[in-house]
Amino acid sequence: MSADDLTPRQTEDVLHPEVRAPSDESERGPGGDRLQHAEAASKPIRADAPREPQPRGAKVRGNRPIDQAEAAERFLAAPLHQKAHDERLWDVRRKRDVAAHGIPEWEELRELASQIKTHTLTHLDHYLEQFEAAARANGVHVHWAEDGADHNRIVLDILRKHGAKSLVKSKSMLTEECGFRHFMAAHDIDVIETDLGERIQQLDEEEPSHVVMPAVHKTRLDVADVFARTLGTDPDNDDAHYLAESQRETTRPLILKADAGLTGCNFAIAETGTVVTCTNEGNADLSGNVPPLQIHSIGIEKIIPKVEHLGVFIRLLSRSALGSPITQYTSHFRGPRPGTEMHMVLVDNGRSERLAMEEFWTSLKCIRCGACMNTCPVYRRSGGLSYGATYSGPIGLIIDPTFNKRKYSTLPFSSTMNGSCTNVCPVKINIHEQIFAWRKVLAEEHQIPLLKQGMMKAAGAVLSRPAAYRAAIQTADSALRVLPRFAVYNPANTWGKKREMPQAPRQSFHAWYRQNRMKKGTEA
Amino acid sequence: MSARDAILARLKANRPAGEFPLPDVPTFAPLVGEDWVTEFAERLGKMGGRVERAGSPADPFAPVRSRLSGAAVIASAVPEFAGNRDLAAITGPTEVNDVDVAIVRARFGVAETGSVLFTQDDLIVNAVAYLAQHLIVLLDPADIVVNIQAAYQRPEFGQASYAVLHTGPSATADIEGVLIHGAQGVRSLTVLMLPRKKRAA
Repeated sequence: MSADDLTPRQTEDVLHPEVRAPSDESERGPGGDRLQHAEAASKPIRADAPREPQPRGAKVRGNRPIDQAEAAERFLAAPLHQKAHDERLWDVRRKRDVAAHGIPEWEELRELASQIKTHTLTHLDHYLEQFEAAARANGVHVHWAEDGADHNRIVLDILRKHGAKSLVKSKSMLTEECGFRHFMAAHDIDVIETDLGERIQQLDEEEPSHVVMPAVHKTRLDVADVFARTLGTDPDNDDAHYLAESQRETTRPLILKADAGLTGCNFAIAETGTVVTCTNEGNADLSGNVPPLQIHSIGIEKIIPKVEHLGVFIRLLSRSALGSPITQYTSHFRGPRPGTEMHMVLVDNGRSERLAMEEFWTSLKCIRCGACMNTCPVYRRSGGLSYGATYSGPIGLIIDPTFNKRKYSTLPFSSTMNGSCTNVCPVKINIHEQIFAWRKVLAEEHQIPLLKQGMMKAAGAVLSRPAAYRAAIQTADSALRVLPRFAVYNPANTWGKKREMPQAPRQSFHAWYRQNRMKKGTEA
Repeated sequence: MSARDAILARLKANRPAGEFPLPDVPTFAPLVGEDWVTEFAERLGKMGGRVERAGSPADPFAPVRSRLSGAAVIASAVPEFAGNRDLAAITGPTEVNDVDVAIVRARFGVAETGSVLFTQDDLIVNAVAYLAQHLIVLLDPADIVVNIQAAYQRPEFGQASYAVLHTGPSATADIEGVLIHGAQGVRSLTVLMLPRKKRAA
């Protein structure tokens, strides 16, 4: 084709004639310009060449509180990983800003999305019944699951009825919540992830570290290690195209012989009974269209009333997530293919209980775009696995404690409270306010460690008395100015790591105001 | 009590207090210029797809000839081109795994994003749009709608058992942000602007 002439491909030493050679890494547009769609970086972000062992996630010990700070320390102690991770996510965040600013009605869309979600969540029983009726009328088998275990049992039953032994699936945070892969492994069902990032994580026996980019904490060297170990690739070849192609060629036969396919759900349309998935790889479409048995797992909060509402959410989702105007594939599954069965499993798993939590129920509006994670300075510098939970980053801080207050009691403290998460959220969840509200709840219920309780108590006492607050601010500011570096950047102060402390203003606003305005008699 | 009834009962009991009406979604002004074909092509180009104008009436497929001549197996779902794999005779989706190029016609295109829509009727075998190595899409310029909001006014979403918007080829950048076409599905997507044949009256 004509455009090929602009960017002739090197065709020797590649796995497939269509695969780019290492020396020619970027996919290019018809004009020869570097493309940046999907989750592509706007510029090459390559981890430095020396090998550095990948920092692993938080140590999970049963029900004991996760020590996020400890895992974050280890992530920071791997500077190559930390830098690549930080840069990569900040790049995605910047792409998000450009995409959002390209739409004059962006803020109006956020408000609409928030209102549609709020309305639906407060009428969820009605819309779920409508969805169920529509899906049944479309010839779909609808199931209801109280929790993750219920979901896994229902899917296993479906598989057993069909004699199915293998299942290909697309990425689904809901199935992560349910511990789906572990459950199926214990019941001799072969589960194969088909999203590249999720497949990398499955082969490395790690959880996804990000809701949209599951392996974003790994460098290409890490991926080369994992694939050499599990797929038999050349351990010294860390070319991203070679690695991705190796995955494609080893996964394709598994897709072709799979007995069943499963997808998650980005949006479920009540009026039509449709499940909508948004992917860049087309792997949800492979999972849904190739195997003879088709299953869709749906968190009940994914419901939206009408097809026309997709016109709001689809415009927000990928722009917020990756700065891309739309995902490569937006797929609408409504009924079975001739001669096959389609099942939909509606999963509660704590959502209906969360609806009763006055301060926290609006977290159910979340559409899992990951924008709050990309913008969070703590997340970018500690990695998603440091949270030791299905959901990491700011949205994780407010969702995880609803699953287990004790285990995730420390997470709401892993925040600088800068509020950036709230500002980028496409459905206007007041994330940082909910983080603060969780701190109060956990303190009141004695779910937080003694050291932090002492700090909270002191902070409460200071914040409730303006004069004491002013005195404390003055001390803190002057301390920052005069303390030697080792006092600020010491190991006890986790957030001093990899950040320069702000220059303390010589004078607080209140002191300045008193000096310059009050003496002029302008204060009433 | 069944799981269904228990969940619905909890949702009723736990409904947050307050009025939360469903907002009306206004019709937003289009963000694209009046030449929808050009806008469509430009935006699809940024998503990794390509657009070609059809060749002469005698050889409308001339712009994609090199792609087609290099293909051993061509599955066509359109009357304008005779492939060598009959999709109507396929009994299972895995049979199209060896297809090099699939040719299908889009129901409509979206100028704002460069997307094209297919239903199960357009694809004949849904899987061919993913298992094929390359996809060639016929699109009538008259079938382009202005934006995503207009797209979701179309009847296909309430009627088709499967409807999908493709915006460029299968893509991933899960490894260090390096963009790769052909992650799991097609390695390229080319839209050929070719009006539908007028049906005989």
